Order: sequence, then structure tokens, then C-alpha cells
Amino acid sequence: MDELIGILQEIRPEFEFRESQDFLADGMLDSLDIVTLVAALDKRYRISIRGVEIVPENFRNLETLAALLRKYGVSA
Amino acid sequence: MRTNVIEFLEATARRLPGKAAVIDARGSVTFSELLDRANGIAAAIHSRTPARNQPIAVYLPRSKECLAAFAGVLLSGNAYAPLDTKSPAARLRVLLGKLEPALIITDPGHLAELSEAGVSDDCILLDAGSTAPAKLPGRRTVDTDPAYIIHTSGSTGVPKGVVVSHRGVADYIDWARQCYGVTESDTIGSQAPFHFDNSTLDIFLCFAAGATLVLIPEEHFLFPLRLVEYLAAHSVRFIFWVPSVLASVARLDILSQTELPPLAKILFAGEVMPARCLNYWRAKYPHALFSNLYGPTEITVDCTYYIVDREFRDDEPLPIGFARPNMEVLMLDDDGRPAAEGERGEILVRGSALALGYWNDAERTAAAFVQNPLNPHFPDPVYRTGDIGYRNQRGEIMFVGRRDQQIKHLGYRIELGEIEAAAMALPEIRNACVVYDPEESRIAMFYESVRPVGAGELRKQLLAKLPKYMVPALMTALPELPQNANGKVDRVKLAAAVRERLYG
Repeated sequence: MDELIGILQEIRPEFEFRESQDFLADGMLDSLDIVTLVAALDKRYRISIRGVEIVPENFRNLETLAALLRKYGVSA
Repeated sequence: MRTNVIEFLEATARRLPGKAAVIDARGSVTFSELLDRANGIAAAIHSRTPARNQPIAVYLPRSKECLAAFAGVLLSGNAYAPLDTKSPAARLRVLLGKLEPALIITDPGHLAELSEAGVSDDCILLDAGSTAPAKLPGRRTVDTDPAYIIHTSGSTGVPKGVVVSHRGVADYIDWARQCYGVTESDTIGSQAPFHFDNSTLDIFLCFAAGATLVLIPEEHFLFPLRLVEYLAAHSVRFIFWVPSVLASVARLDILSQTELPPLAKILFAGEVMPARCLNYWRAKYPHALFSNLYGPTEITVDCTYYIVDREFRDDEPLPIGFARPNMEVLMLDDDGRPAAEGERGEILVRGSALALGYWNDAERTAAAFVQNPLNPHFPDPVYRTGDIGYRNQRGEIMFVGRRDQQIKHLGYRIELGEIEAAAMALPEIRNACVVYDPEESRIAMFYESVRPVGAGELRKQLLAKLPKYMVPALMTALPELPQNANGKVDRVKLAAAVRERLYG
């Protein structure tokens, strides 16, 4: 989980991702960030996240992101 | 001849009063309601200021209320200046200092941000949502009066306010409506933020043709699947988007994974459209019209257009096409002579849609809007785009690139110099060079610092000074920036380093 937080903080250093249950509602990630995040996760874990998985439900918070990565066999 | 582009909306409100004009996340408004609200705003403006032909800034989120405010400003005989509600306070302060608006229309939720940017209360007009019957004692305009002012990046760090006339907009919209056959049966899916001039086409096609304008909620651009589902749910037929949004759908192959929206007209402008992305969309929409448009803000959105009429290989460049009616494109070589077919030259543009200049900036206006070098005989202004192009064997104009350090990123025109100026104003930075990697659409910065400072810390500081889309994605500290033979920072070398992924 620390690694995931590290990746998020590379993108938006000004936010404390551990404290939010909803990154989107809290305005912590915008469209550029999502693209950057998907690219960073793909690269870091050598996966290719599918378009249908790039939906708000998977990007709400650390738990939903970790669950998404688990689908690709990654335990973050 | 129209003397004010509000006449588009007035005519449609008479013809289709009960039809939905604008739909946003919170509901919809009909054409007659929209005009009544605009009249309410115009009445409020008149009660506060005698201003005429002055900028009135609109600081509201993308919404039907925001469009009513634009229409109200036009009715009052002034020019609307859309401001980005996501702009950092420091940039807003600089911009407003130059713009000196007669009033700023906002809502209670945004007052704090404006006061942080140094705006005093007597300049604020709160949008109370009031309406007034049509036809106030109007203060009308003539066609060469300003309709709107939209800001673009300036290399010195001060954004330039481009002043566009009623005639420019009316001419552009009359052409586009006819060229693309837009009617009230078209639903427009609007992507462009209002502070970006692509929004002009969306807004005024809605006003002029009676097409319903759907303001796609911004969060849908985060998730291309949701975006396409939203288009389908609203039966959107017409879109005018920046290529990067079309590419986000193509990259994830979203169109194979959900119901196809009934798109019939797909227009794009604002940056280079890769043929690979076009080919993806065309395969899914073999019967739709695709059109590539080109033009800086200074010539009312677009001055050339190309309607896709043949196949392109994935690696082939697309034409930007031909000058639209009432416009002429000149291509001049380094000696100021017309470039021959196939020969590169700077793109200069003349015609009805030329902007009036930059607001409060005679110097930069004089540098960009010059006398037609091919015609020394009578006043004949042309705009020097700074873009390089050539004509191919078919007579189509091809875009090659820029003469200077300006780039197009996510549809925004950005002076790399503005980013460098912001970085070098930070106490830690001694020297900075910003380059762009068009392949990966990312801005990269190299810097020398006075003390070790991390990319995260720099990013945070730059976010306070620049809009998000201007903050470099890649920041690399170097002990010393490389120099070329002239002793200047070697941009070519740094750009190559980014391309070859020596960093990041």
C-alpha cells in the first residue's frame, strides 16, 4: 500500500491520500491525473489496465485501487 | 448584417421557445428561459455600470448559468471574458490586472477565490438567477465591437486577452452552420472549457441553429467509458473536441466495449490529430463526417478546415485543408515571398475573422497583427500565426510546426517560456529549460537548483502559479544545463533526451 501511496503522491504531492475515502469527490485526481496514474500503474506492475476497468468505482480510494490491481495479480 | 451575436439567440428563442437549449448536470433550460435569464443579467449589469464595449469577466463553473451570463453580457453591449475557475490565484491576479473588467459575474461559492486574487467587492456582480422580460432598452453594438475576450498563454508570463468581434463570430457561425449542416435536430456534446475558444462553436451553433447543447460533466473526461456512455444516453450527434480526448477513447478501444452513440459529425481542432486515431474512429463510424480544423484564437477559432475525403495511413499527416470563406491564408518564405507549392513558409491569415487585437496591449498587438507584406497600398492587416506550413499537390494546407517555443498540449496553447519564467521565479531554481515531447504529450523541465529540491516540492510550488496543464510531468535536476555552440541552453539536445527516454 505504501508503494501505491508513493505513486499517487508523485502525481499529486499536495494531498494526503491515506485520509480520503473518495479521491474524486475530494477533487484530488483530475482527468490528467487518471491518465498519468494508469500509465504509472501499467509501467510499475507491467500490466495493461483495460478501458472498461477505468471507471470511477475503481479509483475512489486506496482500497478500490488495490482491489483493481489484485484483478491483475498484483498485491499492492 | 448582424450587429450583435445575441441576435442568434433572440431569433431562436422566438422560433423554438420551448426547446431545450442547454443541458448540464443539474438540469436543462429552454431557449426562452435562457434569453429571459440573460435579460435579467443585462438589467443587473445596467443597474451597476454604464460600461459599454468593456470586458465583463465571468467567473462561474461550466453550466447553463454561465451561458446565460455570457448572453447577458452581450445583451448589455459588452464583451464577455470567461475565466478559468481552476486558475491559481496568482495567475488570476495577473490576468485581471491586465483585463481591468468593468464587473465580474460570479456566484456566492466563488467569492473567496476572487478576494484571494485581490478583487474588491465593488467589482463583483452576484448572479441571482433573476429574469427580466425580453427587450430591455438595449445598448446595441456595431459589428466591429468586441463580443468576447479569451486569454492565451504569453511567453513573458502575462496571458494575452484576444479581443474577438461580433462580425468575426457571426461570420464563423454562419459558415460552420452551413458547411456542417447543423440544425435543431443536432445535439451537441460540448467538451471545450469556456475559457478555451473552441467553445465558441458549441455555444453559438446552439444559439444560431437551435441545436441542444449538452455540457458534458467534467468528471466524464476522467473515464472514457463513462464519456461514451454519456454521449449515447443523450443521443449526441455532433462533437467538436480536441484530438487528445478522441485519442483517450481510441487508446482504450472504448467504442468496441459499449453501445455506440449516434454520432454523425465529428470535428476536431486544437492540436495535431494523429491519423491512427482518426482511422480508429472512422472504422467505427464509416458514415460520419470527419473534419480537421485549424486556427489560433486570434482568428475566431478556425480559419481553415478539411473534410476527410480519403484514406490515410496511420503515420500520414492530415491536411488542415483550405481557408474558409471570407478568409485568406498566405504562406510566406523567409524572404517574405509567397512560398511555392511544397515549400515551407509561415502561415499568415487575413479576412473578416481577424481579432481586433490584444486587450490593453498595443505593443504585442502591433507585433502580431501587421500590414499585409504583399500589399503596401492600403490598410490590410494580417495575423502572423508563427506556425509553419506548406501546400501539397492538391492545394491543401499542411501544418508542420511552430517557429518558436509555443506548443499545443491537450488543446491549450502554451508558451514554454511562460513555464520557464514561473520556474525561474522560484527561489530554489537558478536556471530552467522546458521542452515538449509530442509523442507522449508530456512537458518536461530540466533545471539547475541552488539547493537540492525534489520534483514533488517543485511541482507543488508550480501548481500554485500555473494552471495544471502547464505544470511539467517530468522534472529533472541537472548539475548544469547543456549549452549549444551559441552558448544558449541546448533545447534540441534536451528534447532528444526526453524522446529517447534518457530520463523519466
